[in-house]
Amino acid sequence: MVELSVLQQKFGTELTESSFRDNRRVDVPAAKLFDLLSSLKSDHGFDMLIDLTAVDYLEYEGATDRFGVLYMLLNVTSGERLIVRTAVNMPDPKLPTVYSLWRSCDWLEREVFDMFGIIFEGHPDFRRILMPEEFTSFPLRKDYPLKGRGERHNFPVITRAGS
Amino acid sequence: MPLRILVIETEGWHRTAQVEFPIVFVAWLLLMPLTPVDNLEAESAEREYVWTLNFGPQHPATHTTLRLVLTLDGERVLNAVPYIGYLHSGFEKLGEHLDFNQYVTIVDRMNYLSPLANEIAWHHAVEKLLNIELTPRCKYLRTILAELMRMHDHLLNLGTTALDLGGFTAFLYFFQQREHIYDIVEMASGQRFHTSYTRVGGVLFDVNMDWLNRVRKFIKEFPKVYDDVDRLLTKNRIFVDRTKGIGYLSPEDAINLGACGPVARASGIERDLRRDEPYLAYEDLDFDVVCSKGGDCYSRYLVRMRELLESLKIIEQAIENIPSGPVNIAVDSDMVLPAKPSVYRSIEGLIQHFEVIMPNKGYDVPREQVYAATESPNGELGFFIVGNAETRAYRARTRPPSLMHFSMFPHLIKNHQLSDVVAVLGSINIIAAELDR
Repeated sequence: MVELSVLQQKFGTELTESSFRDNRRVDVPAAKLFDLLSSLKSDHGFDMLIDLTAVDYLEYEGATDRFGVLYMLLNVTSGERLIVRTAVNMPDPKLPTVYSLWRSCDWLEREVFDMFGIIFEGHPDFRRILMPEEFTSFPLRKDYPLKGRGERHNFPVITRAGS
Repeated sequence: MPLRILVIETEGWHRTAQVEFPIVFVAWLLLMPLTPVDNLEAESAEREYVWTLNFGPQHPATHTTLRLVLTLDGERVLNAVPYIGYLHSGFEKLGEHLDFNQYVTIVDRMNYLSPLANEIAWHHAVEKLLNIELTPRCKYLRTILAELMRMHDHLLNLGTTALDLGGFTAFLYFFQQREHIYDIVEMASGQRFHTSYTRVGGVLFDVNMDWLNRVRKFIKEFPKVYDDVDRLLTKNRIFVDRTKGIGYLSPEDAINLGACGPVARASGIERDLRRDEPYLAYEDLDFDVVCSKGGDCYSRYLVRMRELLESLKIIEQAIENIPSGPVNIAVDSDMVLPAKPSVYRSIEGLIQHFEVIMPNKGYDVPREQVYAATESPNGELGFFIVGNAETRAYRARTRPPSLMHFSMFPHLIKNHQLSDVVAVLGSINIIAAELDR
């Protein structure tokens, strides 16, 4: 089991740990995210990225950051799980890609971009995955209504002058 | 002059062939560096021989709405680019607007080959968030249902894989068994397909002795059909030739690409959440984790085939040891509906019923987030729920195994034949509704 103190020695005391039920989470500032993840992979054996997802905290009580991005890691040999959380904010939600560590992040990062508009820099094939290519909004953001905004808003209108 | 003939016959040179002064032309040819010729030839070869084939979105062998753009050199697949999203229906957005019990009807529609497995996974996550300990009877009942669903899913997958590769009989044999499972599920929940059977803290109705006997009858009759299909396929020359060595996935790639479930186990990764992180009643039951070292389509077929028997073993044990007692948690938790007689005959029961149903009442939900996963037929099916003191999720993320498996498809199909596309697609069991959500 990876100790928090070992990680804190390397990445400073900004790292905090929390747990709920059997989930163990480590919060890290976005600037140190990639270094922490690559260290977790190479030094601590977290060789599988189970899931990568995001949460929009716009309407969440007491939240300070707009988006939380979560990396659910698994050590296949020992079965240990760890969730690494980081926060990104508007107007420029950006994170480095982890494609060089786990190739399974390929479609997951594209999905997070598609649904939340968080950009993963350095991804080799970065485009929308579920929504149409020309779609203009990010549907899982909390300011996007359940029923959608309709065709006119979601897709760019081709005017006579612009065509 | 041989040089001239060569010039005429090579495509892309037809203009120079019209030069009327052969001496000037030969001199020019000698002066010209050789590399552009190679490039030109390569380019023309690319134009000439590389085909692009659109496979799907509607194609009988994709089974659901998938689209693949294949780059072919003859029949060899040079590259495959999957395009998904044709069945995207915003399930995760709906999860933020429906409460924990309502959302079970949506979860059903994710992997519709094994709807109950999704429901069990969803309520497993919800119950972890709410810290509910299920009753022993519910644990065993859900285990039986989960294993029936595993068989349900594997039966369809194995049957249609055989169908795509030309084996129609095995498909019919297995589909008949699926009908029996449909009947069993219908008897428990009243629905054949989208059952919506589980609830927070229990299930919709308890099952009776008739149901248990029906399951017993099924597990008694199933091995005969299994043996028939085993004889039809496992050593069938055509089937083995079409699947052996096709779509190889090495253990390292399986881990790096996020494979799980039967696909990972067929590549030699000994990981099964039922054993590694036991939930429901799996801790008390005796079963083997099926693995194979082949990593190809045939190994995936063998793993799924053998898992049918292991599921049968689990159901057999669970059905003999199912405890009696209540199937739902205690009514005073305010999370489950009280029994109907008390609702109809007493005012307290009626009030309690309304308090569970009414959206402004409900129960305490922690402002926390939790990830919980179960071993669904296809692999690790996880749900990540953010609670916000409401009886609905603030965020309901699904971790679908199909998404991970389909994203590794280009890796699996590279340099195989076009006809292997259906073999590989069948072996990784893509369910587009779960893939796109």
